Amino acid sequence: MAARKPRKAATKRELAAAKDAIQEHTFSVLVDNEAGVLARVVGLFSGRGYNIESLTVSEVDQDAHRSKITIVTNGTPMIIEQIRAQLERLVPVHRVADLTVEGPSVSRELALVKVKGKGERRVESLRIADIFRAHVVDSTNSSFVFEIVGDTGKLDAFIELMEPLGLVDVSRTGVVAIARGSQDM
Amino acid sequence: MSTRRMIGGEIILKALADQDVDVVFGYPGGVTLPLYEKIGQQNRIEHILVAHEQGGVHAAEGYARSTGKVGVVLATSGPGATNTVTGLVDALMDSIPVVCLTGQVTSHLIGNDAFQEADTTGITRPATKHNYLIKSTGDLARVIHEAFHVATTGRPGPVLVDIPKDVILGEGAYVGPDEIEIKQTYKPQVRGDRKAIEEAVEMLAAAKKPIIYAGGGVINSGPRASRLLTELVDMTGYPCTLTLMGLGAYPASRAQFLGMPGMHGSLEANMAMYHCDVMVNIGARFDDRVTGNTAEFSPKSRKVHVDIDPSSINKNIAVDVPIIGDCASVLRDMLKVWKENKLKTDKAALKKWWARIDRWRAKDSYGFDQGPDVIKPQFALSRLNELTRGMDIHVTTDVGQHQMWAAQHLHFEEPNRWMTSGGLGTMGYGVPAAMGVQKGNPDSKVVCVTSEGSLLMNIQEMATIANYRLPVKILNLNNKVLGMIRQWQELFHGNLESECDLSGSPDFVKLAEAFGFEALTASHPDEVDDAIIAMLESEGPCFLNMGVDRFESVYPMIPAGAAHYDIVLGPDDQRAEVDDDDLAMASLA
Ligand SMILES: Cc1cc2nc3c(=O)[nH]c(=O)nc-3n(C[C@H](O)[C@H](O)[C@H](O)COP(=O)(O)OP(=O)(O)OC[C@H]3O[C@@H](n4cnc5c(N)ncnc54)[C@H](O)[C@@H]3O)c2cc1C
Ligand SMILES: Cc1ncc(C[n+]2csc(CCOP(=O)(O)OP(=O)(O)O)c2C)c(N)n1
Repeated sequence: MAARKPRKAATKRELAAAKDAIQEHTFSVLVDNEAGVLARVVGLFSGRGYNIESLTVSEVDQDAHRSKITIVTNGTPMIIEQIRAQLERLVPVHRVADLTVEGPSVSRELALVKVKGKGERRVESLRIADIFRAHVVDSTNSSFVFEIVGDTGKLDAFIELMEPLGLVDVSRTGVVAIARGSQDM
Repeated sequence: MSTRRMIGGEIILKALADQDVDVVFGYPGGVTLPLYEKIGQQNRIEHILVAHEQGGVHAAEGYARSTGKVGVVLATSGPGATNTVTGLVDALMDSIPVVCLTGQVTSHLIGNDAFQEADTTGITRPATKHNYLIKSTGDLARVIHEAFHVATTGRPGPVLVDIPKDVILGEGAYVGPDEIEIKQTYKPQVRGDRKAIEEAVEMLAAAKKPIIYAGGGVINSGPRASRLLTELVDMTGYPCTLTLMGLGAYPASRAQFLGMPGMHGSLEANMAMYHCDVMVNIGARFDDRVTGNTAEFSPKSRKVHVDIDPSSINKNIAVDVPIIGDCASVLRDMLKVWKENKLKTDKAALKKWWARIDRWRAKDSYGFDQGPDVIKPQFALSRLNELTRGMDIHVTTDVGQHQMWAAQHLHFEEPNRWMTSGGLGTMGYGVPAAMGVQKGNPDSKVVCVTSEGSLLMNIQEMATIANYRLPVKILNLNNKVLGMIRQWQELFHGNLESECDLSGSPDFVKLAEAFGFEALTASHPDEVDDAIIAMLESEGPCFLNMGVDRFESVYPMIPAGAAHYDIVLGPDDQRAEVDDDDLAMASLA
């Protein structure tokens, strides 16, 4: 793991430069996988009134018992700075990366989309799935379950197109994200 | 490694002893009985049997704040643990290092709604800096040591360790404090960034209308931070204001001390905060009781903020120079930079600034009129201040008007002498806190300033005080009303007294005597001095019931959410006539 750089808070000028516009940020949070750690993070957001647009968590290092939590949230620059500082303050948190500002990153989400229909509509859903590179993972003679991977916008677009074709159910994983390039977290 | 195997209960006591704990405030119950068996077999650690677990936590807070050590609490599972919650949040809000050990039902029963089971770690997660549920006796020593480390370092706070009964009864290896590895994740930053410190010091030296605004973080940082703050203030000749939590960090008797800022702070402190061109915040958190309307807060100043907790910075007020670090360390570096660069203040500008401050000060905003008949609470407290001058004294308060008057009229020359519930504002803090302070400072005069509403919230701890013959002095400013509620109802809620009358309170003198206190009374201004002297000179625990004016209100007052220039100086003053500038500001608003 890279050594932790000393923390520096933003100055008033930096905060003002970004105005008070609400921005969306994706945080990647490396934590000790111990009891209650997710509750700590979620409780922090609900207790302080921060938004969670998406949250995913899974163990990423079994030997070291580390999990990674990816959180998509939004707020003014002052709120975003608070969220970061509040996350860093939790004892089991190793590192917090704000992927939105710390250089380029990639993010992906997976959705399972169930569509019910016959005839022309069924064919049309297959055709769109093909364009979106979604796979059929279950089919009956009146339904499909598609698996689609991509960024949130792509999934939203796909689901919207499926709506008139007989959309009956959706499950989404939420966003996972990682920095581009060769650096570890 | 000395891997001695021991029983869980013994491990707990050995870990506490190795953490230099002398006293624990506790209350037993089913699941902690095996630990109490071990407590009964030793005398290294003294156990104070409190009357209520909330009292136990406040006692630990008082002990911690007055000694600089950690306050330790021991409670049983279920109701014992839930009773600690208010105290834990109080310690969290005021950054007080407390370690709370709670018993838990046997591991295999957890989740079964077992007898006296509560999800203690779940309930206290947002009430603590950190908490733990121990799974095996082998983890016990390491976790307790880590709990002490987390409670005391960085921004201090309460840490809870939940210990199932089978862990107390089981056997495991003991490790000492030096044998454990502290979590890599937890490394508070102590040293401030050098460049930021240089920038701050240059800004400070160039200021024409500076103010140093210091708070509880200076006290948290230890007595050295207060000495360094005093050196900085004296060297620069700048004015200094201290928050409710910071009182004592700079000697109150010095001319450069402007009193407290904020809702019930002095006119000079608030006006200087408003009009300054450079504000250096050292260990304070721009609390809303201090800033009032943040949009109107000190609009013309450039601001430096020194705080060990990055989440305190830019939370309420965006600053120009943030410095993350420990107050003592940053103050030392600031003084060093100042001296190395041979910086000088702008003497001429400073003279003008002080002339302006002195005009505000001349309004004597903490002033009051003691008439011939009824005791004014301010009078009682200013007499207490006079009569204890030079004494080894500690003061705790409860919450309400009496707390504000105590902050205004009692003067502290040193840190760790003043204990009050600031952030949570917990009525019921004062009496148990005084008990903890006295335990940590057996030779000091410990005075709890309270009023009936608050007193009744944890009055049961008077039993503990008497039981242990702790010579605590309780000064009850008896106004027969929830005074602060009455004041707000009068000023902001239709001038209607609704559910705040306490004229049906018990006879506190009889009650105090029943608890085993010596009880005194005073109801006329002429009796005040003699009664206070008698209280201070009494040998054991003593209660002074002082009848005071029911209708007095705390001034100055900046209404909640208003700007500093909206300060009201007294009942007849609808808007303070302060200074032409301020009036101009007010009419603009
Ligand atoms: C009825 C009532 C009225 C009140 N009216 C007023 C009022 O008029 N004026 C007033 O001032 N208060 C008032 N208060 C208190 C107020 O609510 C806050 O508790 C108080 O202002 C906070 O003090 P502080 O800013 O010094 O911060 P604290 O709560 O003491 O926090 C300390 C800060 O220092 C930081 N810190 C801790 N340790 C260190 C370290 N070692 N190094 C560096 N930084 C550190 C912490 O991270 C934190 O940000 C009132 C309370 C009540 C109940
Ligand atoms: C536990 C708790 N409940 C309610 C309040 C709200 N409150 C703040 S001050 C106050 C009145 C305090 O009355 P008293 O203790 O008699 O003090 P006084 O104002 O008369 O000096 C109340 C009810 C509080 N701070 N704490």
